[in-house]
Amino acid sequence: MLSIKNLYVSVEGQEILKGINLEVKPGEIHAIMGPNGSGKSTLANVLAGREEYEVTAGEVIYQGEDLLGKSPEDRAKEGIFLSFQYPVEIPGVPMVNFLKTSVNEHRKHRGEKELTAGEFLKLMREKMDLVDLHPQLTNRSVNEGFSGGEKKKNEIFQMALLEPKLAILDETDSGLDIDALKTVAHGVNALKSPETSTIVVTHYQRLLDYIVPDFVHILYNGKIVKTAGKELALELEEKGYDWIKKDN
Amino acid sequence: MAEQDKILQDVTQSDYKYGFVTDIETDIIEKGLNEEVIRTIWEKKKEPDFMLDFRLDAFRKWQKMKMPDWAYLKIPPIDFQAISYYAAPVQKPKYNSIDEVDPELIETFNKLGIPLEEQKVLAGVAVDVVMDSVSVKTTFKEVLAEKGIIFCSFSDALQEHPELVRKYIGQAVPVADNFFAALNSAVFSDGSFCYIPKGVRCPMELSTYFRINAANTGQFERTLIVADDDSYVSYLEGCTAPMRDENQLHAAVVEIIALDRAEVKYSTVQNWYPGDKDGIGGIYNFVTKRGVCRGVSSKISWTQVETGSAITWKYPSCILLGDNSIGEFNSVAVTNHHQQADTGTKMIHIGKNTKSTIVSKGISAGKSDNTYRGLVKVMPGAINSRNFSQCDSLLLNDTCGAHTFPYIEVGNKSSVVEHEATTSKIGEDQIFYCNQRGIDTEKAIGMIINGYAKEVLNKLPMEFAVEAQKLLQISLEGSVG
Repeated sequence: MLSIKNLYVSVEGQEILKGINLEVKPGEIHAIMGPNGSGKSTLANVLAGREEYEVTAGEVIYQGEDLLGKSPEDRAKEGIFLSFQYPVEIPGVPMVNFLKTSVNEHRKHRGEKELTAGEFLKLMREKMDLVDLHPQLTNRSVNEGFSGGEKKKNEIFQMALLEPKLAILDETDSGLDIDALKTVAHGVNALKSPETSTIVVTHYQRLLDYIVPDFVHILYNGKIVKTAGKELALELEEKGYDWIKKDN
Repeated sequence: MAEQDKILQDVTQSDYKYGFVTDIETDIIEKGLNEEVIRTIWEKKKEPDFMLDFRLDAFRKWQKMKMPDWAYLKIPPIDFQAISYYAAPVQKPKYNSIDEVDPELIETFNKLGIPLEEQKVLAGVAVDVVMDSVSVKTTFKEVLAEKGIIFCSFSDALQEHPELVRKYIGQAVPVADNFFAALNSAVFSDGSFCYIPKGVRCPMELSTYFRINAANTGQFERTLIVADDDSYVSYLEGCTAPMRDENQLHAAVVEIIALDRAEVKYSTVQNWYPGDKDGIGGIYNFVTKRGVCRGVSSKISWTQVETGSAITWKYPSCILLGDNSIGEFNSVAVTNHHQQADTGTKMIHIGKNTKSTIVSKGISAGKSDNTYRGLVKVMPGAINSRNFSQCDSLLLNDTCGAHTFPYIEVGNKSSVVEHEATTSKIGEDQIFYCNQRGIDTEKAIGMIINGYAKEVLNKLPMEFAVEAQKLLQISLEGSVG
């Protein structure tokens, strides 16, 4: 699915990622944990193709092809979905229009017929139940006037609509209360299949109680310093990040 | 950044799709302007005598006037003697049916997306088409006549309803109001005239399509709309021109008179040729638009989407004379490349309890300059009047400019005037968010811009709104840098 080899990334001349290696196979869930400033969000954004992040070395192979040469929209249409840490507001653009355009761009890319307004609304209603999002919200402008929790649910709702092959959840748990956290996790789990993979970027262990990872990687100072099974998250929770910092 | 610059490059080279020239025979008079030319125009049009006085009065006043230089515009000198002041497609006069119209002309209108035939009947829009200053076809005249509505070319109005024209012409825009209005009053060759009788709600949108075709001509059309007591009309105006390397002058006048409890909505989608990406060519658009809410509780609203022209100088205004009258101005002005726009409105409160609202959305891209200039003036007698103004500017890069010059004069203590203004730059994070959802940068910008301008676009009649949305997208696609 995804193979990251020796990836170095700089932002505004400052090196953030210093040689990342990561292998993600279909059906796997990988958690990336680490203290603030370790490069977790940078990794998520660079995979999605954000321009400010400059790749200085290394390569990323996605589904057998070079990923880094592709535009953000092509990456999206080929199945990479980023759930944003801070979903962006777009005033005056109704959620429905935004989502319909998004879904139809994906469909066009796959050579499928575009959905009509009626077909799209039907699809939207189906997917909405999954994350318990209030139907009224889709009449509002994109993310405008949404609470923190609603924004995050909205991200997972979009994920449900787009059915990505590789979902990257960037701090999707931050700012969520326990009920919203469960809803979001339920959504993610419901969308999981043996063909799809998930990368969960998180600071805390608690989301991993609900989205159970196959692997936990600890990112520190731009490098993956430790990889193990789900028990690593619990160990980290117990000992804190200082334990990692001391060893590195 | 580099990627966006590339897209910017690609898209800014996209073509102006109305830039074709129609090859039809044109009756064009010698370049130059003097009293003789004015007499020639008057004769060619076989106008009533009072029009010659009107024109000559305007011309004499114009000769003593200077081009206004207070706008935030760099206007190259214009040689008014190098322009031909009358050009008309030959084959006039009068078409009894669409079959008699020059097929080339029909083709032109089809290219412009304004089919004059059955489609328009189905769509329920009456159209007056003005090409090179002469009205070539007015549709739906008979249907409207049943309600007593007069909708025809200005020339026809002067032949068939001279007394009405005489009563109202120059009432909103006096001949010597300003340099360009005076020039228009002297030389205008045609335009549209509309009269809505007492108590009549016009059952359809009335629409004028302006087209400049001939080279080296100026277009000077004049529109006069009179809404009698308790009447209502919604009026649409669209405009396009061929691509030419030289600049062409367009100096129009629009006058609206609203009597007691009458309401007039005037919507414009201005898409004159803006010049190429290096600023060569394009229309100089110097337009005077003014409505007088003469009657009590009357209402005039201007809605404009301005995307074209090399230079725009335009301030659709309302004089709120009648007590409880209402004026509205809703504007989206887009400038790209080397375009310059200095546009806004004047709201003059004279009657008691008068209200005005101004919503202006400026969008600048390329190396353009986009200026909002507005005056809100509340006279001492206009007690309990209110104005609300909102002026937003959106910048798409670092090389364009946005400027706001609001002038506010309040002459009494019971009136309230509010002004809000914002300036923002289009967000790269917004574009990336769209990209990540599979929407490319051009579509994303179109979406964001339309969201930004939505408040104004919503004021347009449905079919116009769709056209305006597309136009915004075409004007700006990929222009973030």
